[in-house]
Amino acid sequence: MKGQIVGQVKRVNGPVIEAMGITNAMMLELVEVAESRLIGEIIKLEDQSAVIQVYEDTTGICPGDNIYGSGMPLSAELGPGLIGTIYDGIQRPLEDIYKISGHFIEKGIQVSSINKEKKWHFVPEDIEIGSLMEGGGIIGSVQETDRINHKILIPPGISGIVKSISAEGDYKVTDTVAVLETKDGDKKITMIQNWHIRKPRPVKERLPLDIPLVTGQRVIDTLFPIAKGGTVALPGGFGTGKTMTQHAIAKWCDADIIVYIGCGERGNEMTDVLNEFPNLIDPRSGKSLMERTVLIANTSNMPVSAREASIYTGVTLAEYFRDMGYHVAVMADSTSRWAEALRELSGRMEEMPAEEGFPAYLPTRIAEFYERAGYMKTLCDKDGSVTLIGAVSPPGGDFSEPVTQHTKRFVRCFWGLDRQLANARHYPAISWLDSYTEYLFDLIPWWERNAGPTWSDDRGNIMELLQKEVRLQQVVKLVGPDALPDSQKFIIEVCTLFKNAFLQQNAFDTIDRYSTAEKQMKMLQLILEYYKRGAEAIKRGATLIKLKQLSIYQDIVKMKFNIPNEDLKLLDKLMAKLERSMDLIGGDEWV
Amino acid sequence: MSEIDIDKKQKRLKTNLEYIGVDRIDGPLVFIRKTHPVGYRELVQCIDPQGNVRLGLVLDTSKDIVCVQVFEGTSGLTMPETHVRFMGEPLKLGVSERMLGRVFNGLGQPIDNGPLPMPEAELDVNGVAINPTARSYPKDFIQTGISSIDGMNTLIRGQKLPIFSGNGLPHNELAAQIARQAKIKGGTTDFAVVFAAMGVKNDVAKFFVRSFEETGVIDNVALFLSLADDPSIERIITPRTALTLAEHLAFNKNMHVLVIMTDISNYCESLREISTIRGEIPSRKGYPGYLYSDLAELYERSGMIKGFSGSITQLPILTMPNDDISHPIPDLTGYITEGQIVFERGMYSRNIYPPVAGLPSLSRLMKDGIGEGMTREDHPHLASQLFAAYSYVKDVRNLASVIGEEELTPLDHQYMEFGEALERNFVSQKMNEDRTIEETLDKGWQCLNLLPREELHRVTEEEIDKYYGR
Repeated sequence: MKGQIVGQVKRVNGPVIEAMGITNAMMLELVEVAESRLIGEIIKLEDQSAVIQVYEDTTGICPGDNIYGSGMPLSAELGPGLIGTIYDGIQRPLEDIYKISGHFIEKGIQVSSINKEKKWHFVPEDIEIGSLMEGGGIIGSVQETDRINHKILIPPGISGIVKSISAEGDYKVTDTVAVLETKDGDKKITMIQNWHIRKPRPVKERLPLDIPLVTGQRVIDTLFPIAKGGTVALPGGFGTGKTMTQHAIAKWCDADIIVYIGCGERGNEMTDVLNEFPNLIDPRSGKSLMERTVLIANTSNMPVSAREASIYTGVTLAEYFRDMGYHVAVMADSTSRWAEALRELSGRMEEMPAEEGFPAYLPTRIAEFYERAGYMKTLCDKDGSVTLIGAVSPPGGDFSEPVTQHTKRFVRCFWGLDRQLANARHYPAISWLDSYTEYLFDLIPWWERNAGPTWSDDRGNIMELLQKEVRLQQVVKLVGPDALPDSQKFIIEVCTLFKNAFLQQNAFDTIDRYSTAEKQMKMLQLILEYYKRGAEAIKRGATLIKLKQLSIYQDIVKMKFNIPNEDLKLLDKLMAKLERSMDLIGGDEWV
Repeated sequence: MSEIDIDKKQKRLKTNLEYIGVDRIDGPLVFIRKTHPVGYRELVQCIDPQGNVRLGLVLDTSKDIVCVQVFEGTSGLTMPETHVRFMGEPLKLGVSERMLGRVFNGLGQPIDNGPLPMPEAELDVNGVAINPTARSYPKDFIQTGISSIDGMNTLIRGQKLPIFSGNGLPHNELAAQIARQAKIKGGTTDFAVVFAAMGVKNDVAKFFVRSFEETGVIDNVALFLSLADDPSIERIITPRTALTLAEHLAFNKNMHVLVIMTDISNYCESLREISTIRGEIPSRKGYPGYLYSDLAELYERSGMIKGFSGSITQLPILTMPNDDISHPIPDLTGYITEGQIVFERGMYSRNIYPPVAGLPSLSRLMKDGIGEGMTREDHPHLASQLFAAYSYVKDVRNLASVIGEEELTPLDHQYMEFGEALERNFVSQKMNEDRTIEETLDKGWQCLNLLPREELHRVTEEEIDKYYGR
């Protein structure tokens, strides 16, 4: 079927093409349009006609141009060579496109997703000839980067008796590394496999989500933690720091692999990642961050339909690495652009719109996407996870719009970005009032084991203080701060301290850019202790001014910059100093 | 290949076909039935009964009917006597360095009575997406001489930084001032201004021309004018022709190009007009669902490319309808551009020029272009401190408006003074005042002097020792 003419163009309307004379095409088949061979996908079939969405600019396409079938759905190519690559929305490596067409992306360029010439050093698993292997089983591995050991998997759906397996050595990805005897005859297994991007890859079972994805961002980990395999929405108007937050998580979270999808965003942002990541060192492995990152860039000026596909391409790559037993975090920036692409295509197909012009199937698509996250027992009996972190760009920063609202229905964690905080250059501008996490109770045991036994109580205490502060601020707005007694003024004072010294985090400071779980816990305890001892001192008659003038106050403010993650003993020393100075204050007033 | 050649030859033969009579005229759109296969976005010549040629573009093509958008409007066209010729290729602009110093209409045809400059290249006005791997990240500081921009929302070479303004606010004055004063620290290079006017009034266009003439830069400026009395449809193509020339100058001639586009709101209105006539499903406020992608096609045509010394810096101006920043036009723009300069009407009423609102304004590329070796080592922290303090000033002012200024604490009084000083001495400046970056930063510190030392959390001790209280 490949390369065969399956029909002709009847009408061209932007990225949507109506075709006629369709003979032998299947739904969601990958097709090529006209002699310039633009890549498209069949999205509707009716009698002899079809609707095709084209992933490239359709300028110059005429009615009557041929349409060529491929006999397969739009698929991702999976195999060694993915890590460190930057792809467009339909998995064409942008570096290779650059070599062919220069600075601008010309259309109709055909490049292979994975380098077929490069040789990889294949190490076979210890498998006996004649044993039964199922889909998803590991037959060998390739050291893809210093950090990533790429397992060679049998494609899901294939199972059979191992007839032969290649010896250790250097092979191209297309070389046969094993032969299975299946019901349908002998099947050659290579290091490369294709997977339909709109179909989730199978797993053995879903496991409970009780291990956090530690992001190193204090406001996230301490207040609104997320589990490995969880889903998060990160909504915020322009300039509130969605991309900055996504970048910070991509850099410092403890996932094994990052898939970063730039979906309909700025070209310079992807350039920024490309420039910055190779030079940053992952604190856990000591290797370059690029060695665990795959980028998918479909910038806002690239074709709209490829934007729609980019999200699926990204999550398919993530699932593939999950199946090897890795923990993968996917950043989708931004899912609103993806939803808008859906809307544009739906509009061009003259479908009946639901809210704000979005198609009625928008919630279904959002749900399907987020359900591809999870902590899984893979087919090869390993634990792996896909965590989805989706930025949402609500028009006018209004969270009541359809994409934010529907996304909220299908994610279990919500980090709302706040315009006021961003205006005050308080980053990350995650609001502690609007945000929530449903993973909290599942994650408490981990935190209490790994950070400290009082984690849950401490978190609860500070959240309560923040709530109290909101009410007090309302009073202040009405009658001024002088109307409050010192004990209540002190609550406002402590919350201000907590915001400056803890919640605010400088992404560009070499120490502050990420904090370990332990450091976060100790910092939180210091601030709570300052509150507890301070409140006691005020009861004994100490003044607010005096408390603020303590040198320990400045030490707490600066601790995030001055105390590195490796030297947490300094925080214990601070705690001792805090106790001493508070004792003194009490003593003074007593005498 | 040979098959394609034959195909092309056939198309070329057909391009000479002229169709007499059209089947429907609706606003700027013309529909023709039963044509040969016509390509999507192909260039069209429409010849009106008087024999004048108008240019158009194929918006929708099918076997039965072709929809053409006519840039110069359809007034005067008749159904039987209009001749239509399909050109078989997209709209192209002949570009040349000699276009600098000249005036063109929105389609790139000269309107200053001069001859058409000999083109050095023919380029597709729709442009092609720049490969993200080919971009080089912009980080060269541009000194505009305007404190509120240089100090707090620094403009970087290759950035797209729009001005969000309102009717009656001095956005034209600011844009002209930036065009006059912009310079790279410690160096002069080939620079050019490409000016695209979309639906602006005649006297606004005159203002810019005069301003360029007075400062003697007019020879480095190419103007593309589609004024308020020109057909609204022409505005759709105006920024594209302007950017096509800008790309030629930047990436073929290695010049630094500043593109001023005014007014983006008018452009979006035209887009809405066409979308409505075509009966497309609208999204917010009647604007088409593809407004974001369409604007991105314009704004993303800026930046720098590896291996070229030229750059395109964009300064789009848009007037926010009813000063509403959440209106789709400023909103979608803000999602694409690298920051925004927002004007505040209240400040302008208090006679502050330029009325750059402190908090909502933002430059996203600032972080990589300032600091030691680029501006001055204290710049990043100083800017952050000014933002933080000014944000607190806003809170204090709100409080003061409820409880009265007398009730404020002494510290809050100091903040009020700081806010006043920042607006009067730092933000406010004369229209011909060109401050160096050092002057700007020193003025920032002078404002901070009004605050007690303990309040300065975001600057380091060394910086305080060096600059505070001087």
